[in-house]
Amino acid sequence: MKKLKYALFTGCTAKQSTPEQMMSTLAVAKKLNIELIELTEASCCGASHLQDYDDFLSLVLNARNIAYAEKHDLTMVTICNTCQLNTAMTKHRLDNNADLKARVNEKLAEVGLEYKGTSNVIHFLYAIIDDIGLDKIKEMVVTPLSQFNIAPFYGCHNIRPSELQNESHKTKENPYNPTSLDDLIIACGGMNVDYDEKNKCCGFHVELQAPKTASILTGNAIAGAMDGNADMMVTPCPLCHLKLDTQTKHASEAIGREVELPVLHMQQMLGLALGCSSDELGLKHHLSKVNFV
Amino acid sequence: MSTHNITTQKVNFKVFRFNADVDYLPYYETYTMEVTSEEVVLDILNRIKWDLDGSFSYRRSCRHGICGACAINLNGRATLACKENMNDMIELFGNEITLEPQSIKRAVKDMIIDKADFWQKHDAIKPYLISDVDEHPEHEHIVSPEEAEELNEADLCIQCGACHYACPVVQINDEFFGPAAFAKAYRFEADVRDDAHTERLLELHKEGQGLWDCVKCFECAEACPKDVNPIDKITKLHQMLFREGVATSNVATRHAVGFKNSIAKHGMLDEGTLVLYSEGPSIIKHIPVALQMFRKGKIVLPWNMPKSDNLDEIQKLVKSSSTAKF
Repeated sequence: MKKLKYALFTGCTAKQSTPEQMMSTLAVAKKLNIELIELTEASCCGASHLQDYDDFLSLVLNARNIAYAEKHDLTMVTICNTCQLNTAMTKHRLDNNADLKARVNEKLAEVGLEYKGTSNVIHFLYAIIDDIGLDKIKEMVVTPLSQFNIAPFYGCHNIRPSELQNESHKTKENPYNPTSLDDLIIACGGMNVDYDEKNKCCGFHVELQAPKTASILTGNAIAGAMDGNADMMVTPCPLCHLKLDTQTKHASEAIGREVELPVLHMQQMLGLALGCSSDELGLKHHLSKVNFV
Repeated sequence: MSTHNITTQKVNFKVFRFNADVDYLPYYETYTMEVTSEEVVLDILNRIKWDLDGSFSYRRSCRHGICGACAINLNGRATLACKENMNDMIELFGNEITLEPQSIKRAVKDMIIDKADFWQKHDAIKPYLISDVDEHPEHEHIVSPEEAEELNEADLCIQCGACHYACPVVQINDEFFGPAAFAKAYRFEADVRDDAHTERLLELHKEGQGLWDCVKCFECAEACPKDVNPIDKITKLHQMLFREGVATSNVATRHAVGFKNSIAKHGMLDEGTLVLYSEGPSIIKHIPVALQMFRKGKIVLPWNMPKSDNLDEIQKLVKSSSTAKF
């Protein structure tokens, strides 16, 4: 298989609150023969909050991040749904508005950079499905997860707004019935759990200002997966992971029911199936018990 | 219109049935129908009523996507029944189609819901032009095409309620205005003739009911059949709060501003400092979880904060490209 090469935008959580996500990304990339060039110059994407305060600054910073991927002449791969949304949204706006692009580039020129619009921005989940393919991944599985019911949790910022999201990948996703993560679970040998909350919001973005709302949404999501008889949940988004893994106490209180499940990052689930060790996948960094390994 | 390309296929419709006057619980009735490629979802509702069960109830009026009456949920997707072609829906969901009202908890009869909450929120944001009208104006009040452009998209709203009932916050927080009311508020906030500017913005700034409780899930943008893009209007209103100086210091505004501070310092986000800056003394409530996270290696202490390479570039851009003040 031809070696794939991407520019990796890690985002901030991979370097702080979800170190296991960074570890498992690198472990899985190695197994899949993918070379990742980490964009160490990248800044925070603004996480869907900065643009509420300063839209233009948010555009300039995200354009700068993409410009670094363009310098490598590589597709930018993201490993966080919100990084994906903010970066792809910036790309969409600049590629469709010459005047805005010129204004942003005027700023980038001050630091010797230019946004051209030549690099695609795609989440790692879709990159591997598009560029490697589920059939090939299935062939590479050495430890099928056949005894597990796995509940996919997609995360809003990978599936909505669908018009924007579907620009970046060939795998067309229906936001009301997404299938990519289900397909990956099946490719890994697991049983995918269908439940109402799989494409719903985890509440992460209002955790500080509206903790009750955030906790109810998290609680509903875990409860839905539990009622679907899931042994674990899996998500491509580290922010959803933080909510589902670390906030179970608040979530349980908010919905009046004890909820907790092991929650894996998409890369960890894939890594387990591809034969990575639990150390390589950083399973010791979880708060909720990951007692099935 | 040529007819020789019309195709038909069999579809199972699982339809929500409920009559608040007589039923204790709702139930689902299944109708199997041959659907032609020419039909829209409203045609199916009509055929259920006209051919299969005269008691079936739903709202409809214009059948041209402008009155907003026939909005329902199809396999969980907010759908304006007169607008969506059945073939497209079958392509999205296959031949098993579930038809439900926009909000099951507000169901009155079959597809019909009690929309009182929607209208109450709509009224609360004063959805009209507030302006001292000069009874003897010397000339017309000119709005330039550029100024009109600002509010055109928001003006497309037909009050169908699709975004409102798709919003997860509306479903759990009765105070929350919701995306339709926000988009409508923007319609008037962006109108150069409106004088109520600050008055409306102050209401939108209030925690619980206002903009800051939006979870940014984009359900509203997805649900809207008229491309109003409510979350885009919510973002613009957020920016307006800062621009007009209405945004006072609270956990949500500090949260938004905190990103800039952190990026200026590290390039990356300093998660711990952001929470501290946003919460102030209320940080205490996060300590139990933070300690657990620390033990699991999920917290980076301030003195170990990683910094982006070429941080000087980021700092220069933060200085030269900032457009907002707090």
